[in-house]
Amino acid sequence: MTIKKTTQHLIAGLCALLCTSLAYSAVKTVENYGYPITDRFAATVVGTPEEYRAKLPKSIPFKTRGITIFPERVTPDVFFYGHELLYSVALQDHEAPLIFLIAGTGASHNGAKNTNMAKAFYQAGFHIVSISSPTYNNFVIAASKTGVVGHAEKDAEDIYRVFEKIWDELKGEVTATSFNVTGYSLGAFNAAFVSKLDEERNSFNFERVLLINPPVSLYNSISLLDRMTQDIPGGINNFDRFVDRLMRAYTTTYQSTSYKDTAAAGGDDFLYQTYKALQLKDEELAALIGTSFRVSSASLVFTSDVMADYGYIKPKGLVLNRYSNLRIYNDVSLRLGFTDYYHEFFYPYYKAEYPNISRDKYIASMSLTSIADYLKSAKKIKMMGNADDVILEPGEINFFPEVFGDRATIYPHGGHCGNMNYTDNVAHMVAVFTDGGH
Amino acid sequence: MKSILSFFSIPVLALSLGACSTGPQPQQQAADYPEPVFTAKRLLPPEKDDLDDLTAVYDPWEGMNKRIYNFNYHFDQAVFLPVVRGYEAVVPAVGRQGIDNFFNNFVDLLTIMNSALQLRGEKFVQSTGRVLINTTVGLFGLIDVASAMDIPRPVESFGDTMGHWGVGQGPYLVIPFLGPSNLRDGLGLIPDAYVQASVKSAVLSKPLDLTTTVLFPIDTRANTSFRYYENGSAFEYQMVRWLYSTKRKLDVKQ
Repeated sequence: MTIKKTTQHLIAGLCALLCTSLAYSAVKTVENYGYPITDRFAATVVGTPEEYRAKLPKSIPFKTRGITIFPERVTPDVFFYGHELLYSVALQDHEAPLIFLIAGTGASHNGAKNTNMAKAFYQAGFHIVSISSPTYNNFVIAASKTGVVGHAEKDAEDIYRVFEKIWDELKGEVTATSFNVTGYSLGAFNAAFVSKLDEERNSFNFERVLLINPPVSLYNSISLLDRMTQDIPGGINNFDRFVDRLMRAYTTTYQSTSYKDTAAAGGDDFLYQTYKALQLKDEELAALIGTSFRVSSASLVFTSDVMADYGYIKPKGLVLNRYSNLRIYNDVSLRLGFTDYYHEFFYPYYKAEYPNISRDKYIASMSLTSIADYLKSAKKIKMMGNADDVILEPGEINFFPEVFGDRATIYPHGGHCGNMNYTDNVAHMVAVFTDGGH
Repeated sequence: MKSILSFFSIPVLALSLGACSTGPQPQQQAADYPEPVFTAKRLLPPEKDDLDDLTAVYDPWEGMNKRIYNFNYHFDQAVFLPVVRGYEAVVPAVGRQGIDNFFNNFVDLLTIMNSALQLRGEKFVQSTGRVLINTTVGLFGLIDVASAMDIPRPVESFGDTMGHWGVGQGPYLVIPFLGPSNLRDGLGLIPDAYVQASVKSAVLSKPLDLTTTVLFPIDTRANTSFRYYENGSAFEYQMVRWLYSTKRKLDVKQ
């Protein structure tokens, strides 16, 4: 029994090794790359250590603003705070090209990644308009037409509407010499579909588009992320014990720091120190990544359910208010994965609109593969990604050089978005918009 | 003594009013609610009969706490944040830093007291050194010379002291204006504020004492990046509650 199991593990391990090495060997990556973390999971969790980060201004005039997207919408009381869509701008005091930034899954307009990109582009002379991901609670409440997000084309329409409304308010204030768009992770995926939509609508005629660490197939990526939560020893029902153990380990590092300041304790470098001190295993890091996405998906699934009143977690017709106890919904949605949402809510919801489309076809349509012809022909679009990205299935990375040719820049490591603050990456990002990047 | 009374009278009043009108009614709402459609039972392993609360925190006063949380959000939007924006527009960054250092020096004073009460020599020496240096060389605390000299800055409150000697956090408590806390830390504010106010009124002239009493909450808010309902979670109340309690657990162990 044990021998059989060991053999099984061994074979599985060998297959995985073979697949990954094949996948990696096939893709041409940037040479002499100095980003220091070569473990894909560690890079994803830890990001870029301080000394390797690009030099960016300490602060820029990056201000939060609010805008009403659907004036007639009655926002459910449980989300009373979300009626206005919040976004950030950093505007030059002279005419300049404008860049729209789209955040990744569950991330906000002023999250760490968008703020860093804003600094880099603002420093390079661009107007910045930064929006939250369509999967972000506030976006779902204020700016999603259906409330059921994760749909490639419908999310793009929502984003496009938001861009148009924001620009309507800004155009009296500033002059834009061109419009551009970029995003990371799901935001990069969104940017590709937004660019395609722009070819029909022509409100902006984007000059340049940059996709940073995009998924190829949404479904493949969410499946990978769901599987990572299974790395929690004992599964999600042992979540509390897992967190407890991590917390105890975390405390060891925390104890060695002299400040209780949460800002100091939450920064990239604190994570890096913790990582070095703890020597976490890959499965534990994967479990952490899965958990972080799970927290986002729990919020997304519940928000969508309330907004569409679909009756997936919350009974249909039940009205929750701002004081309602949400414990049971939190506990249920934390146990549901992206794939559960996809099969049991998202697909049936849109099935009503497209009755003839099969589940498989539907999954296939939520991918960059489905617009490969457009991506091939649209020379304004560039992409940058990592060969060891944890949200890509083995081999998926090859899609990018095949479709984008030399418009794709693949780094040998960096995990999922771990290297976004690294000096070379930031320089490349900016160069894509200032001189074409090649 | 007076300033501490005025500092606490409003929260205490609001607390007692809140307690009268809503009372501790643990989880009353949850029981009235129908089961989620995606029933919890479907997600359970066969040997269990209820879902674990993944982010459990003892919160028997949830009804009241949520109302105070909500009040704090509105107060933040209508008063606190606009005042902070005005403060940031009027006082240049260097001045704000000086003011922040000045108040931190008083916080360090509390750390001396609480480190002593916890019999923790290293933290006592560090915070004593900080206050001595910053009060003299640092011109009454306006310049943080001690940090420039790499002297670590531990922070110990009376809540930490109680925690150190084994007092648990008690029920979660959202304090009006101040935000997330728990019964232990909330009570701990009283001796801390009393000591701080006594020292302040002893060493500062009356007008200066009054000015700093007004400035202290503004400085604190200006240096707290937290914004209500902007963390992106549909379950913000639970999330903040869990994060706060977890952080306090770690603080006490530190």
